[in-house]
Order: sequence, then C-alpha cells, then structure tokens
Amino acid sequence: MMSGNEAVARAAWESGLALASAYPGTPSTEILEELTQYPDLNAQWAVNEKVALEVAIGAAVAGSRSLAAMKQVGVNVAADPLMSQSLAGVVGGLVLVVADDVGLSSSQNEQDTRFWGRFAHIPVMEPADAQEAFEMTKAAFDLSEKFETIVILRLTTRVCHVKSLVTVGERRPPNSEGGFTYDPNRWVLVPSTAKRRLPLQAEREKALKAESESSPLNVVEQGSDKRVGFVTSGPGYLHVKESFPDAPVLKLGLSHPAPFEIIRAFAGTVERLVVVEETEKLLETELKAEGIGCTGKDILPSNGELAPEILIPAIAKFLGEPVPVRKLAHDSSLVFPRPPTMCVGCPHLGVYYTLSKLRRQVTISGDIGCYTLGALHPWKALDTTTCMGASLTMALGLDKGRLPKDADKSVVAVIGDSTFLHMGIQGLLNLVYNKGNATVLILDNQTVGMTGGQDHPGTGKDAYGMPAPKVDFIKLIEALGVKPERIHKINPYMMPVLFKTLKDEMAIPEVSVIITDQPCVLIEDHQRFAPYTVIEEACTGCGNCLKTGCPAILVRKRETVAKNGKDQELAFVDIDISGCTGCGLCTETCGPDAIKRMMPPTKTSKEAQAHG
Amino acid sequence: MAESAITNVLLCGIGGQGVLTASEILAEAAIAAGHDVKKTEVAGMAQRGGVVTSHLRFGPKIFSPAIPPGQADVLLAFELAEGLRWISHLKPSGIALVNTMRVIPPVVSTGLFSYPVDPLADIRASGTRMVPIDAGGIAKELGNARLVNSVMLGAVAGALPFAPDSVKECLVKRFSAKKPELGVLNAQAFEAGRAAAAAGAKAA
Ligand code: SF4
Ligand code: SF4
Repeated sequence: MMSGNEAVARAAWESGLALASAYPGTPSTEILEELTQYPDLNAQWAVNEKVALEVAIGAAVAGSRSLAAMKQVGVNVAADPLMSQSLAGVVGGLVLVVADDVGLSSSQNEQDTRFWGRFAHIPVMEPADAQEAFEMTKAAFDLSEKFETIVILRLTTRVCHVKSLVTVGERRPPNSEGGFTYDPNRWVLVPSTAKRRLPLQAEREKALKAESESSPLNVVEQGSDKRVGFVTSGPGYLHVKESFPDAPVLKLGLSHPAPFEIIRAFAGTVERLVVVEETEKLLETELKAEGIGCTGKDILPSNGELAPEILIPAIAKFLGEPVPVRKLAHDSSLVFPRPPTMCVGCPHLGVYYTLSKLRRQVTISGDIGCYTLGALHPWKALDTTTCMGASLTMALGLDKGRLPKDADKSVVAVIGDSTFLHMGIQGLLNLVYNKGNATVLILDNQTVGMTGGQDHPGTGKDAYGMPAPKVDFIKLIEALGVKPERIHKINPYMMPVLFKTLKDEMAIPEVSVIITDQPCVLIEDHQRFAPYTVIEEACTGCGNCLKTGCPAILVRKRETVAKNGKDQELAFVDIDISGCTGCGLCTETCGPDAIKRMMPPTKTSKEAQAHG
Repeated sequence: MAESAITNVLLCGIGGQGVLTASEILAEAAIAAGHDVKKTEVAGMAQRGGVVTSHLRFGPKIFSPAIPPGQADVLLAFELAEGLRWISHLKPSGIALVNTMRVIPPVVSTGLFSYPVDPLADIRASGTRMVPIDAGGIAKELGNARLVNSVMLGAVAGALPFAPDSVKECLVKRFSAKKPELGVLNAQAFEAGRAAAAAGAKAA
C-alpha cells in the first residue's frame, strides 16, 4: 500500500530522477521526504517554492530529469519562473507536482492549480488515486521530454494521502547523454528571445492538443444508463464511479489541453453531459466555448470535494427524480468543536500569552505556521495573516498607513524561522530600508513545525538529516540593517524577560528584532523535564494558567462565587502529567504558587532545576 | 457493484492516539484477506490535537476512498465524544465500538464549550448497536497508555469479515519488528480488547 505522495516519489525514482527540490506544505510534504529514502538522486529542501522550481529548471536545462513539489499556494510563489520557463522549455524531463488542498484542511485559500496550466501553456495531468499517481508521474516525465516542456502533475489532498495498492517496477538509469547546450537564443529570455519562442510555444500547444486526443490517459468507459454522461478528472472520477456505476464516463488523465474531439464524440452518445471537476468551473467553461453543451457548476458546488453524498442528490435533482433524504442518527454539530491547538509545552505559548496581555497596545501582523494558531482562543493575539512572509511587509504598511485612531498602537510582526527564510528576509530588509517602526518577533523553533518538523538552512541539517551550513540569524539580521542593540535573543519560557523586552522595544520608534530560541516539542532537540502538578489546597481557581493555552492544563472543577456583589467564575485546575513537558510556563502565571514540579528521582531532575 | 461486498470501517479519535496506525494494520489484514483496499485520513492538523478520522474501505473493487455519511459498517472510536460526533456516519445496521476515555480539549477547559454529559447514553439513544470499551483503563493496567490502539484493534477484530487472528498477526508483526517484547505486549492488549468487546456485547 502506498499513499499518492509515496507513489509519486517511487515513480519519479523509477523514471531516472536526478534531482528534486521542494518546500514543505500540506498535503505535498511527504513527496520530498519519501524521495530522500531512494538512492542515486539528490533531494533537497528549498527555502521557498520559486527557489525549488528554479533549481529543478536548472537541472532539467542541464539535461537531467528533475522534480519540484509544492502545495497550491506555493505555485503563486513559483509563478515567475513558471511563466517564463514555459517559453524556453526544458531538455531533461521536469515535473512540477502540485498538491491542491481541496477542502481547505490547512491552507489560507483553496485554489485550482489547473488554471496555471492554462495560464502558462503547460500540460496538466490529474491522477485519481495512488496507482494512477504512480503511472502518470512516469507518463509526465516522458511527455515532458517529448515536448520539451514542464508538465504539471496536479494532485489533491485525496490523492496525496489516500493509501491504496500500487504495483511498482524498476528504476531506469538517469539521463547520461546530452547535457547543457550553449544556446542563448533559447535560454536567455531577453525580449527578442521570448518573442521568438512565443510561436514555438503556440506550436507546442497545438501538438499537445493532438497528443491529448490520442492519449491513453483520456479514456471513455461505456455505461448502460445513458441519461447522464460524465466528463471528469482526478478524484472526481472515483466519486462518479462510486455514485453512478452504470453511467458512461469520460475520464481525463491528461486534462489540459482538453481533447475536445473525444469529448464531442462522447457527448453524442449520452442524453446529457455533466462535468464533474474539483474545484473551479474550468473545463465546463472551455467546453461551452467549444459549443459542447454541458452542465456542471450550476448543479454542483465550486469548492470542497465532490463526494458521493454531494453528487447523488445533485444528479437526482437534475433529472427531476426524488432526492433521497437521510435521517441523522445524531446531529454531530451538537458536539463541541475540537480545533487544532498548539502542542503541550510549545515554545510559542509564552509568546502568545505575553502578546495577549499587551493586546490593547498593539496591532499584531501574523504569518503562516503553527503560530498562526495564536489567532485562536484563548490568545486571540493576531490581527492579520495573509501569506508566507506578509507579516513583515504588512507591518510596514500598518505602520505607515495608520490613522489617528491607531496613533498610540505599536506594530508587532510575528514570523517563524522557516517562514523568515522563505519570504521574510526581503520583508525585513524592506522594513528597515523604509524606516519602519515595528517590533519583529522571530519565533525560532529550529524546524518547520507546522508540517511535522522538516529542516531548513537555520537548523544545520539537510533533507537527509546530515550536517549542513547553519545560518546565523543574528548576523543575518544585522546585515539587513537592524542595529545590533535592537536585536535580542530570548528564551520564550522566561515570560517576565520576554514581556519587558517586548515593552521596551515597542516604545522605541525603529525596527527591533526579538528572536525566541526554544525548539519545537516534536523535534529531537527538544528536552522534556519532570512534569508539574497542582497543589489542590493552594489553587484559588483564578484560571490564569489556562490562559497560556497549554492543552495539558485541565479544569478539575468549576464554581461560581459572589465577590463584591458580582458573580465570579472559578476554575480549579489539574495538570495532565502524562502530557506535561515540564516547561514551567504555567508556574509564571500562578499568583499563589500552586504549581509545583514533581520530582521523581530521574537524571533529568538536576537539569530540570537548572531549567525551571 | 454489489454494495454488501464492500466493508466500510471508520476510525475516529484525536491526534496522537494511534488512529492511523490502527487503520494501517486493519488495511494490511484486509489485503492479506485478498481485498482491494483504499484508506484515507482526514487529519485537520491532527498533530495539533485536532480530530482525526481514517476511512478504511475494502472489497472486490473500491473507487471512492471516503465513506459517505450513513454508510459505515463499523465505527471504531478512540475517544468518547468523538464516538458521538461520528455516530451518524454509521449505517442503521452498523456497530460502534467506543473507547470510554475522555480527552478534554482547551476549548472545553477554558469554558468556551462543554463536554457532553453522557455521550454513551446519547449514542445509545441514536438507536445504533454500541459496545463501550474501557481501552484507556485496560492499557494502563497493562502498564502503557500507548497500548490503547491495540486494545481497540482487539475489540474491532471480531466485527470484520475476516479472521480476528489475521489482524493480530499484522499487529504483532509490526511491533515485533521493532522489539520482540513489544509484540508480546501488544498481543496482550489485543486479547484484552477482544475479551472486553465480547463481554460488552453480551451485556448489551
Ligand atoms: S508542532 Fe512545535 S511549533 Fe507547532 S505547536 Fe507543536 S510544539 Fe509548537
Ligand atoms: S494559576 Fe494557579 S491558582 Fe490560578 S487556576 Fe492555575 S493553578 Fe490555580
């Protein structure tokens, strides 16, 4: 059994892949992680998606097969090289694997990567499950070399993370003939070159159209119930097969350029044509423009997955049949929500607790990573989050564009270490250069926490976990123009120090940077200490410690008491000792000193004392 | 496509409980029994304490990986309130095996929401067949809270269309590969879960 991501990695290896470059992002992360398991290829974490694609382009221009992997929002970052290299093309096969987060499990938007194929005049393939992801990855490399173009392999969450049986083969040797050819008329994209390449791109697209018409990846499956015929791609196909086992289906594997002749012929064999596509109304619009009558988004949703429970009633309604209604055994919306939280002992807890205490005095510009969760209860300590790196750039705008109402507020930007390297460096440079007034918090947890702990140039390790040169954040920040006396490194578990430094720096009208330096609890470098416990008699039920948001602090009992004529809610707490990492953060929030370290005679107790 | 030939097992719980490992072991057992298998997880930032579900489908040929609501034959719930949350995914003729352990999230601790008073009663009231399992207690008795998923695997093994022992084999193989003692311990947990389910089914 393999997931779609594992299948892509396996197939790429079998296809003679020489180099892969990626930036982690759910649901694409495992592709590169998996590739590090295979010998005879070079897998690397890039600092961002533009860099990843450009590295892959370099390898493909040199004649080797290469792959770049990212999630949908990453393509926006990589759009610059994508749009341009489409003109020059490649020599070795280059497959750009993009994982669309359909249904938005962990992204700031749901975008349809198929548009990039149209926009950049690049073919798009859409596998439906792991076996197809495997086969199409191989087909994508062949197509890429045949037409000397980048090929987009568009996956969705359901392909990336679904596990099914996959039949595998052998590795073909990497390209060894050819190599880089000196050809500035192709590789140097000055206006004259680009102009000369435009007609070639148009010709290529025409040839790809013909290829699509005859491609074995675009198949008609006959069906006995001809009332509705479906045109579909990716996991939409599986949902159609599941919902309407007897309906005729045209499945598009090579979905761009679309094989209009096949579709037209197919349309002639069925009473009505329905396009089932995730997520946007893209193919449907193309078909209508071609004069092929069809429907799709008039009866189906334009976001989220098109599961059988959506397709079956929609088609029933379309055919004027009674719509099946389902009686719920229990209304699950009655059960409390369980939103994601930061981990027990997370080094970001102290930062957000501190920020929440300063709430009225600051506008907080946030970024993408675990610390985006700081926007949620109980911290509610983020005002904006847009995309990778935007915390620093927007902070400058929030500062310079402020109206009288916000005159007294300080601007604080919060960014993680990996995000800082991804897109933050330019933002900080811009902030300093334009004389902004903001306090920047770089939460260095020494990994990419959100996606499960990948490495980057700040961790001193590469994608294989081998030692790599390690960036010195302080020197880097100094080099960007921040004054040395405005740069601080702080242990985020020491909240009083953090609070004071933050207050002081907020008062100074220039750029300051505070780096917090404790590791994510999920990585090897994180050290657990003896857990804490609450002395029941000493706890006054003030509930202060709960405001750290640490999931290990649980309420033992609630009480309402009358105090000064007002009702006051008390929450007496316990600490889940199996989860507690012994970070000691909560002790700093407890006035009556009711939280004490448990001291089992372990070797960590001495270190624990030194720490707490 | 004969619907009855497909078995849908929905596993649910919280990040870190071993839901995905349990699902993988059941998938292996289904493959060993000669089925086509698809498995998908919906783990909305599970690492951060969110809800985790794993959809496991097997039969002669599986298309869609996700189990439509109301189509699960078996619900294997690793946490009490999660069992209630997903109960409507079961077929009326389905069976739910529910760990009675409660895991309280910060939104409940901080008083924003409340935990259902008696989820078991709510599940029963929905009219579905349900067997409560004290997997947390059993795991603790065996000396390791992390054995919960093996206990739950033992509990569910009897409700599947293949021999319970084939699930046990896959489980033991997986853990013995790391350490032989772990294989033995997990086998014990499996048997304890199996016994608890049998006792619970009789009581119900
Ligand atoms: S994964 Fe790491 S950084 Fe993210 S919430 Fe957990 S401890 Fe914090
Ligand atoms: S901060 Fe101290 S007194 Fe207040 S609830 Fe927590 S443990 Fe009890």
